[in-house]
Amino acid sequence: MKFQIFDLGLIDFRPALEFQKQLFERVKNGKMNHGLILCRHNPVVTLGRNAPRKNILVSEEELRKRKIDLFEIERGGDVTYHGPGQLTVYPVFNLNKIKRDIHLFLRNLEKRISATLGILEIPAVTRENLTGVWVNDKKIASIGIAVRSWVTFHGFTLNVKSDDLKNFSLIRPCGMDIMMTSVEDELGREVNFKRVRELLIKEMQKWPK
Amino acid sequence: MAKVVLPELGDNVTKATVSYWYFQPGEKVEEKADLVELATDKATFNLPSPCNGTLSEAFFQEGDTVNVGEVLAVIEES
Repeated sequence: MKFQIFDLGLIDFRPALEFQKQLFERVKNGKMNHGLILCRHNPVVTLGRNAPRKNILVSEEELRKRKIDLFEIERGGDVTYHGPGQLTVYPVFNLNKIKRDIHLFLRNLEKRISATLGILEIPAVTRENLTGVWVNDKKIASIGIAVRSWVTFHGFTLNVKSDDLKNFSLIRPCGMDIMMTSVEDELGREVNFKRVRELLIKEMQKWPK
Repeated sequence: MAKVVLPELGDNVTKATVSYWYFQPGEKVEEKADLVELATDKATFNLPSPCNGTLSEAFFQEGDTVNVGEVLAVIEES
């Protein structure tokens, strides 16, 4: 599948969200078929629509002290953390032009992420009724999307670098007591962000039409 | 009078939670305007108003669970 790629690099959550919404309007209005935004966020905790505040385990003051932003947003899912050690991806796809099925879209996201990890020889799996991508019982990618007029926004985060995982201890990720892992943790070595990014784009281009 | 029903969601998803009403009963709505936002496990989506009119009844509150096929709201056509 063809889509335009927008690499925002290291960026705060708010301007990235604004960019995402502009792109959403362009796709919704038919000015572009599909877009794919890639970025790395400065540390931020976001609450999805299903998220109770108690899933943030520290005070807002503590977050501020640690220079971690906090946002409530319109995606599905619970609470999550984004940081510069993750690859965050926002597919702004027009499901009117592929298939109008939100949950098929989620399953396809899981498949493309798992395939990317497969190339890196990480045995990633999906788990029934637990959206996301897992390695054994640890989560490596988190998904939370929104769909309006059959156009998608928000998306997923793949944990790449090991050093960012510590901030997950500040929340109950996805409202569950789960362990997170990263590409680096699974491989036991440093990985090049650019390589992961390129592999992921290639896999996303294999999205079924 | 037009009913707003939770449609089939695919992939064995049988219910969703009302996460946000864009309109309150008594308010005028336009056809295709976002009426209500719903959330499933990892996705949120909107249901649009099927016609121009007034939202006369909303049967579920934010936080309530709705099953596929259930009527969420009634729009009095104008």
